[in-house]
Amino acid sequence: MRTLVRALHLDMVLFTGLLLLAGVGLVALYSATGESMTMLNRQLLRLGIAFTALLVMAQIPADNLKRWSPWIYALGIGLLAVVLVMGEMGKGAQRWLDLGFVRFQPSELMKIAVPMMVAWYLADRPLPPRFLEVVAAGLLALIPMVLIARQPDLGTALLVGAAGLLVVFLAGIRWRIIFALGALALVALPVLWHFMRPYQRQRVLTLLNPESDPLGAGYHIIQSKIAIGSGGLYGKGWLNGTQSQLEFLPERSTDFIFAVYAEEFGLLGGLLLLSLYLLVILRGLYISVKAQDAYARLLGGSLSLTFFVYLFVNVGMVSGLLPVVGVPLPLVSYGGSSMVTLLAAFGILMSIHSHRRLLAR
Amino acid sequence: MAVRQAIKNHQQEQRLFFVRAVIMVLVVLILVGILATRLTFLQVVNYSHFTTLSQNNRVRLEAVPPPRGLIYDRNGVVLAENRPSYQLEITPEQVRDLEDTLARLTDLLSLEEAEITRFRRELRGKRPFQAVPVKLNMSDEEVAIFAINRHLFPGVDIQARLARHYPLGEEMAHVVGYVGRIDERELARIDRRNYSGTTHIGKIGVERFYEDVLHGQVGYQKVEVNAQGRVLRVLEREAPVPGRDLVLSLDVGLQAAARRALEGRNGAVVAMDPNTGEVLALVSKPSFDPNLFVHGIPASVFNELRNDRYQPLFNRALSGQYPPGSTIKPIVGLAGLEAGVTTAARTMFARGYFQLPNDDRRYRDWRREGHGLVNLDKAIAQSSDVYFYDLGVRMGIDRMSPFLGQFGLGQVTGLDTTGERPGLLPSREWKRATQNMPWFPGETVITSIGQGYMLATPLQMASMTSTIATRGERVRPHLLRGIIDPVSGDLRLHETEWLTPVQVSRPEHWDQIIQPMINSVHRSNGTAYWSTGRFIRGYTLAGKTGTAQVFGLAEDEEYDEEGLAKHLRDHALFIGYAPAEAPRIAVAVISEHGGSGGRVAAPIAREVIDYYLLREDR
Repeated sequence: MRTLVRALHLDMVLFTGLLLLAGVGLVALYSATGESMTMLNRQLLRLGIAFTALLVMAQIPADNLKRWSPWIYALGIGLLAVVLVMGEMGKGAQRWLDLGFVRFQPSELMKIAVPMMVAWYLADRPLPPRFLEVVAAGLLALIPMVLIARQPDLGTALLVGAAGLLVVFLAGIRWRIIFALGALALVALPVLWHFMRPYQRQRVLTLLNPESDPLGAGYHIIQSKIAIGSGGLYGKGWLNGTQSQLEFLPERSTDFIFAVYAEEFGLLGGLLLLSLYLLVILRGLYISVKAQDAYARLLGGSLSLTFFVYLFVNVGMVSGLLPVVGVPLPLVSYGGSSMVTLLAAFGILMSIHSHRRLLAR
Repeated sequence: MAVRQAIKNHQQEQRLFFVRAVIMVLVVLILVGILATRLTFLQVVNYSHFTTLSQNNRVRLEAVPPPRGLIYDRNGVVLAENRPSYQLEITPEQVRDLEDTLARLTDLLSLEEAEITRFRRELRGKRPFQAVPVKLNMSDEEVAIFAINRHLFPGVDIQARLARHYPLGEEMAHVVGYVGRIDERELARIDRRNYSGTTHIGKIGVERFYEDVLHGQVGYQKVEVNAQGRVLRVLEREAPVPGRDLVLSLDVGLQAAARRALEGRNGAVVAMDPNTGEVLALVSKPSFDPNLFVHGIPASVFNELRNDRYQPLFNRALSGQYPPGSTIKPIVGLAGLEAGVTTAARTMFARGYFQLPNDDRRYRDWRREGHGLVNLDKAIAQSSDVYFYDLGVRMGIDRMSPFLGQFGLGQVTGLDTTGERPGLLPSREWKRATQNMPWFPGETVITSIGQGYMLATPLQMASMTSTIATRGERVRPHLLRGIIDPVSGDLRLHETEWLTPVQVSRPEHWDQIIQPMINSVHRSNGTAYWSTGRFIRGYTLAGKTGTAQVFGLAEDEEYDEEGLAKHLRDHALFIGYAPAEAPRIAVAVISEHGGSGGRVAAPIAREVIDYYLLREDR
């Protein structure tokens, strides 16, 4: 068993954590979809594909990834441009590239390609990075972010941007630069507001006062809070959540699935799920700290923390702390596009950990 | 970079990363702590508050589909309407024994196996309190039968909803099109929110092309439901915005007249107003009943339609591509005049065949003995093939093809409906690009009389005729006359779109091809005189007959209509417009395998034009 795990370059702690999360996800999904076996099977298929991606990535030594980083990044930018141009011709939102046998979302590739690129750029330079290097790294993250935001897909753009910024932070960017940039961001907020689309503004306003629009955007948050709150300490029991089963809760099986879970399994279930996520994230950071070169450290740390950003944004949104941004609950929400990327990222972490000794020599 | 790498301090960097990682762990723990606190706040501190809300939560949002816009003809005759339709629904949780209920319903209403299969399929995705339809589109009789026996079937009920209906049935099927249930592909294309209450969508024709106008905006209602989720009453309602009504330029009477004229034949008739581009009639025969598609057509019926050898589902008027034959002679003549290779005065001696220099092959005239001495007028009015063979060769394909292109041949007209095909206007470049072959002189010969590679749809031929009628002015043909403003009820007219006109060097060139078109109908030696011209009263018709070969004859073979299988017989064609001096209607007729254009197609055009011009003048 041990040798098999080693031969496959797996990390048992991480792998077990991910399997448990996927399992809990399937349980929640079965209830959220109204006991639909069809949707459950589809999700299983997606998980199968995603875990395969994890296995594949775990076999590739981080050194190779490092060498490929600029190329993968360039490919991703190119594909994003293609999607944008096609979208302009085909009217409206366009995120997909149809390759005939499979549809592919280039913005998903960027979730991994951006931290790879930024880590590649910074890893061989003396750290902490100097101001100009920070600016350059920032641009590397900003360009794809803008391209994705134009699609428009604000949720993914934020995740991609966060992944890049986390690398810069982990690389040891000086505090005075952080504070300066923070101050700049505060100033930029009104400008950002100016450029937001009406529906995005609406979401922020709705967060501040959901009751102002109980029929429209606020409906999501109100119903979601009722679902979570009425779950209480122990929950209403599996398949017994009235909020979700009676269809008061919108987007039950996708972005708002945490509310279904919290209604049926209560605070205890919610804390258990958060602990599982915490286990996976902390293990990822531990692997990164133990990594032997700067590239692996930066990339691993960023990927682990991006996973956390997913979790925080989604649960924050469902529980009414953050505005409604289209970010799924990782490994639990119905839908496949982000699942493959997420597990591929954990494949990279496993590769960093398991190829360590070989490199150590 | 190599220089700077030398001063990289790996141990210090590792420490730096460790510090940053620890900071992030702390941040993660704090943020997870915030989430946990938030959950505790919601689930423990405010538990009773939210429990009360949850128990009182009887209000649900439901989508209210907008009623689909109606479609009228130009005189206000309804072409597509929404009629109440009754369907039988079963609410699973209220039924004690589903199998028994289904069996008894089958006895009572003779349900079909397919209906039960569909019911079971739909049942799977639904919650127990959601009603699932078991029988769609019940007849009045079936409704009555069930109403009497209703008390025997708890949990089974009749539901009324609006369904699309086409009162004129197959009369308008090809042009108006039909709606059908939304399928997977359409689901990916549409705005799901706006279609959240809608079950049907335009599949072909005007119904598809103007889907956005016809559909409207979804509404919502807040409904109160009981603990099982059943709707008790409506609390609040945001009404849907109904789809807008369309008025088409079609004239139902003219359409019927054209169908009558085509009685017993397969083919197409397109009539349009050359001044505005309004399509007045668009007929394709045989046709089908579009109402079959609204409630989901049974596979057996659909296969029968699809496999019918006369292809009733095929819209010949704009998807059918035929050799235009002699109907293009007037504009080939115009091309010759413009190219300077002929004049109205020039005469030639036309034998019964034409030969290229140094080539033995004989290109035969439809008249064996030839036309003798011919000028342009006689060549068009009596349809001399040899005159045009000669003219085409003098002009060459490189001058002929672009000129014909100005009349819209070889490209879609852009009519506002679905399924239009572009036909084919051959050229040297086209042949090089598609077949990688050089253009042969013999191909120019047959192209000059609209045979060979050349293909055109009846709609294109009508559009070409309009352009002759207006002496070069071109409008884009359209079916939409206007959209009815939902607030004021006024008709907002569709604007005529002008296209690049055909310009000639001398205006009398138009007269030199139009006068022969009049002569072909009204002079006793014209090709359409004996069948048509001599019966016309009250207006002048400018026209051109055409007889398009389907079956290639060997040089020495004689075309024998009686002896040939029907599907190998020639297509009969006619184009024309009237009144010649102030055109109001342009018509293109094709009768598939009808035989001679003069004998068969011209009288059909006359019936259509008679109806349009004489009925109004009465």
